[in-house]
Amino acid sequence: MFENLGERLQKAVKNIRGYGKITEENISDIMREVRMALLEADVNYQVVKEFTNTVKDKALGEEVQRSLSPSEVFVKILKDELIKLLGEDKIPLKTDGKLNIYMLVGLQGSGKTTTIGKLGNYLRKKYHKKPMFIACDVYRPAAIDQLKQIGKELNIFVYEEGKGNPVEIAKKGVEYAKENNYDLVLIDTAGRLHIDDELMSELSSINESIPLDETILVIDAMMGQDAINVIEGFNDKLKLTGTILTKLDSDTRGGVALSVRHLTNIPIKLIGVSEKLDGIDEFDPKRMVGRILGEGDIMSLIEKAESIIDEEEAKEAAKKLSRGDFNLEDFLGQLKQIKKLGPLENIIKLLPGASKLGLNNINIDPKQLARIEAIILSMTKKERTNPEIIKASRKIRIAKGSGTSVQEVNRLLTQYEQMKKMMKMMKSGNFKLPF
Amino acid sequence: MGLFNKFKDIFKKSNIDDIKVYDQGLSKTRKTFFDRLNVLNSKYKKLTDEYFEELENILIMADIGVNTVMDFMDRLRDRVKKENITDTSMLNEIIIDELFIIYVDEGVISSKLNYNDNGPTVILFVGVNGVGKTTTIAKIAHQMISEGKKVLLIAGDTFRAGAVEQIIEWGNKIGAKVASGKIDADPSSVIYDGLKVALDEEYDCVLIDTAGRLQNKVNLMNELAKINKVIGNIIPDAPHETMLVIDATTGQNGISQAKSFKEATNVTGIVLTKLDGTAKGGIVLGIKEAVNIPVKYIGLGEKVDDLKPFDIEKYIYGLFKEMVE
Repeated sequence: MFENLGERLQKAVKNIRGYGKITEENISDIMREVRMALLEADVNYQVVKEFTNTVKDKALGEEVQRSLSPSEVFVKILKDELIKLLGEDKIPLKTDGKLNIYMLVGLQGSGKTTTIGKLGNYLRKKYHKKPMFIACDVYRPAAIDQLKQIGKELNIFVYEEGKGNPVEIAKKGVEYAKENNYDLVLIDTAGRLHIDDELMSELSSINESIPLDETILVIDAMMGQDAINVIEGFNDKLKLTGTILTKLDSDTRGGVALSVRHLTNIPIKLIGVSEKLDGIDEFDPKRMVGRILGEGDIMSLIEKAESIIDEEEAKEAAKKLSRGDFNLEDFLGQLKQIKKLGPLENIIKLLPGASKLGLNNINIDPKQLARIEAIILSMTKKERTNPEIIKASRKIRIAKGSGTSVQEVNRLLTQYEQMKKMMKMMKSGNFKLPF
Repeated sequence: MGLFNKFKDIFKKSNIDDIKVYDQGLSKTRKTFFDRLNVLNSKYKKLTDEYFEELENILIMADIGVNTVMDFMDRLRDRVKKENITDTSMLNEIIIDELFIIYVDEGVISSKLNYNDNGPTVILFVGVNGVGKTTTIAKIAHQMISEGKKVLLIAGDTFRAGAVEQIIEWGNKIGAKVASGKIDADPSSVIYDGLKVALDEEYDCVLIDTAGRLQNKVNLMNELAKINKVIGNIIPDAPHETMLVIDATTGQNGISQAKSFKEATNVTGIVLTKLDGTAKGGIVLGIKEAVNIPVKYIGLGEKVDDLKPFDIEKYIYGLFKEMVE
């Protein structure tokens, strides 16, 4: 998501390294770089102007501590100011109380319906809520079908009345939820333009007739400078309590994230990071800035792993590793765990220094992993536990069975051997991390 | 400045109704954009650094690519110096002139579709998620049907929940047959079957929907390249047009979208949707400059007839109307 922005900013910072101290002359070049980086990321023009002025003033005014180099000082200022732009603290969704009702609104195609599914799934898992959806998009063809399919997949009930009056449907839906002991209601609404008075007043009516805990604007992270008009347009009519940024798994530089809080004071609460129904993350300004500046985000990685990886299986694997009898059967199990973590490129981006190693823009074809899996699955149980027995004729059979080539089978076996060697070194204590 | 006069003449001659459509659709767009230029002109009578900075601001707010704007500003400053311009009011014409040049760039641009004379004309629609591919297909199909053509829609989005239902519902509304497969079916096979139907039943036009995909997803872009190949295997030279659908609210990412989709398929034109909001869709100027793909249609609303052929002259006219008159 923000990698390209981060790269540009890091380039600007690199230029400072050569200077003994920050002066009026040398900083103007650097600030020009910073400014271009932010504008290319679609950060709002006004925000860019204020931000670059503040950073410049602070950098010039800063008493450089003897222990810090000018580039370190500059990075610190950049980091603090970026965090300020993003709103410093994480602001969670309102989940207290017996019944919580949220309404999701936004332009056409911003991803409201998919986000409803993700949100229901996420809140059920995290807060043990019993969610229900209300289908109030009565305009777009098949919008109700879409929500029903998502509900079916997640096993979440969808209240719908076909193409009726959205305000009435929402009211009756909430009554239904109360009678049936649901404690989380998510209302899906039709996409609309913020300048469409008729449709905007429909949302106001829902807002007035139902006690909403959250009114959330869903924003496409690829939006350009018009984002501010849209956000202000919706906020004027509805008093938004938060936003969810979608499609952050694209290669957008996501400048809208840097603009929305600063200009409107509306917090970003969650971000959408894949098309899958578990592709939603909390938005934490401090961690996000870490990612932008290439410092990685180990906390998110650990949390992600903890929520997905089967603890028992992991313990078993660790035990085997320490004994040194790790075989391809175990490797297969780990591959499956890794697959659960989602797209690998998203995981790599969370590693500190990923961008320095050129790993941040890496594109991993999930088919590559599938091929490795196919190769192992084409082995017999005996072969998986004793890969040493795999010789020429077995290799040909495995390659045929998995639709790959003998070279690919060889490559996998070599990698396995290397891994095993590394593990032996770890066990004997002679192992040093390569970084 | 000859271009500018030619430009004015074009409007005198062209169909007034046509201009009106652009005019209404872009009125909100124009309002913000133009208000700001006017304020700028009354604020600065003389060309100062502040004037240029604010002009740059206005162009960037229109989402015209950052690099495009920076080059544009350089050229503008050059011309101001060379032609000894001191008054801001004189600069308006040059601004329009230069914007026009960015888009046209000495090429001949037509928004006409490339029809196939022997057999069905196949048009493939691609783009990121939520830009309005399916709605655009319905609108173009509606136009073709009203021209007396026999149109088949292929539901190539087998991934998103409700996508097949959506295109079928549109098909019923506009009276077009829809070829569809099961959800989660391989899109290439659905498209293969659909094209067979088109050949057997002698359809004039085939419009193929595809699932929205982010341009940085390697596997999904490979899938698209495969779809493109399958189409060409059944009907040589097809697809005859590949439309990249772009949302007018898109920022700088539009350029990345255009580049990546052009690598996977042979994108021949852009449909710029949702221009009825406040977004200006200026990124199409950046795209034209960087990747040389012209805009063929613009979407101005949710109704089936809210689609118009793109015309750069009218587009810029729509943005600058008050200034020209």
